[in-house]
Amino acid sequence: MSQPLLEVDDLRASLVTKYRRLDLLNGVSFTLDRGEAIGLVGESGSGKSLTTRAIMRMLAKGFRTEGDIRFDGESVLGMNRERLRRFRGTDVGIIFQDPRAHVNPVHSVGDFLTEALVRERGVSREDAERRAVQLLDEVGVRHAERRLKQYPHELSGGLLQRVMIASVLLAEPQLILADEPTTALDVTAQSDVMAIIEEQRRARGLSLLFITHDLELANACCDRLAVMYAGEIVEQGAHVYDAPTHPYTKELMGARPSIDERLDRLPVLEYNLEIHEELKARAQA
Amino acid sequence: MNANAAPRTTQIALAKARTQDPGAFTLLLRKLGPLGIAASIVLIVFVLAAALAPWIAPYDPDFPDLLSALSGPSAQHLLGADALGRDLLSRLMWGARITLLGPALVILIATVVGVVLALLAAWNRGIVDTVISWILDVLFAVPGILFGLIAVAIFGPNLMTVVVGLSIGYIPYVARVVRGAALRERNMPYVQAAWLQGQSGFGISLRQILPNVQPIVTAQAVSSLGFAVVDLAAVSFLGLGVQPPTADLGLMVKSGFDSMLRGQAGEAITAGLAIVLIVWSITVIGDRLTSNARSIR
Repeated sequence: MSQPLLEVDDLRASLVTKYRRLDLLNGVSFTLDRGEAIGLVGESGSGKSLTTRAIMRMLAKGFRTEGDIRFDGESVLGMNRERLRRFRGTDVGIIFQDPRAHVNPVHSVGDFLTEALVRERGVSREDAERRAVQLLDEVGVRHAERRLKQYPHELSGGLLQRVMIASVLLAEPQLILADEPTTALDVTAQSDVMAIIEEQRRARGLSLLFITHDLELANACCDRLAVMYAGEIVEQGAHVYDAPTHPYTKELMGARPSIDERLDRLPVLEYNLEIHEELKARAQA
Repeated sequence: MNANAAPRTTQIALAKARTQDPGAFTLLLRKLGPLGIAASIVLIVFVLAAALAPWIAPYDPDFPDLLSALSGPSAQHLLGADALGRDLLSRLMWGARITLLGPALVILIATVVGVVLALLAAWNRGIVDTVISWILDVLFAVPGILFGLIAVAIFGPNLMTVVVGLSIGYIPYVARVVRGAALRERNMPYVQAAWLQGQSGFGISLRQILPNVQPIVTAQAVSSLGFAVVDLAAVSFLGLGVQPPTADLGLMVKSGFDSMLRGQAGEAITAGLAIVLIVWSITVIGDRLTSNARSIR
């Protein structure tokens, strides 16, 4: 039972067309233990979201995925349709950046929350509703019973994101993938939402893969950070935030604005693909 | 937070919103506009007359009063009588039943089949979509009324064969539009989220996608309804649909055509006018109800 919950081993994803091949993930490897939280950070286009999508096997048809993803020892890439459906529905929960786009505008909050339970798992309507109300309560949604009858457009972004979190928790997953869950929210809602995710994660012993651009936030609520650049993880571990060793990570950490010291200009990253390739070549030699 | 604790401005805003909420019926009337309301009244009159025909029609529609044959409007026969002396008003009321019910059936069948095909194509894409689209293209190439005539040629003339035949002709009009809309919805993030919740493709098509394309389904069905009325009346006019002595508006136009040569144009004109009014009212109502641009909030 000491095996990690999620093992990603040399994950590669590329878009292959008739004329060219585009490598987007170049060997991403990390493991996530039960109850552990890992923060995946990196600049836009470095492959953070792509990694989560690959884990969920949500990549579009033109993608070629190689490597190995094991959930609880079981290969995700080898799952059949039915197993994959259960994997997505019950083993893993995913929280998206923009909650409003991910709820059906014509269904009430109650329908949205209870639908999967009632249809796919044979829970009775009353039972599902009771669980939904209880969970909404836990994630800090007040007047939960009234909220069930409301529609997504009647809720604010922060409230809707809490509803999304409740819907994920309702499925009782072991692993949560959070893809920039707070980016679309204002600052106060951000801290509320993160506090809720953190609280629920600890209470339930869930593992979390947290994607963000916010280094402080990632450091505050994750056990480890993994820094991505150009489709690979350049450095990972608990030390990354305080004592980075990789040149890219060093520069990245140095580019943070500080509250104590006033800067007219933030430093610009010197690191680029050329340096990156050269470093890799040197490491191999 | 309870309502009493809300700041005064909020309370005022709430009170305003309450008094200004016009209610569903008022909203509907506003959406219809004067012309739409007129059309609704016309259609309601026709539907009521058709539905209540057995009780309120002044005569048996098939009873020949030979002494009044080809008579014009009189106190005895409000709209006159046809060549066999049958009361035109009564025949108009009975005829409206078939003229309203037949097209409704055509559109119902076409919509159900069309929506199922469209959702199948949109969800599965690939080969399923290709085959369905190909079938729709073939159906598109043939005028709807021809399917009615083919059905009659094979199974003989009666209302149901024409209805089934015509409905095949109307399938592509529904399916094509709904498929496009469903394809668009299918790529929305909320569909992906439902998929990740572990819902089946069937369930997603039915519970997530269908409610979101429903306005388009309704719009398409209503606008096709007007055409179906005309098509069905045309088949009757050709003598290939409902058979005499059953009263039907298309059939009345045809028999009125013969009476016209004998100097009495009343039957053809009243029946023709009734068809025009029905089609006009359906078209106007459909137009008003489905144009979101007109809705005033």
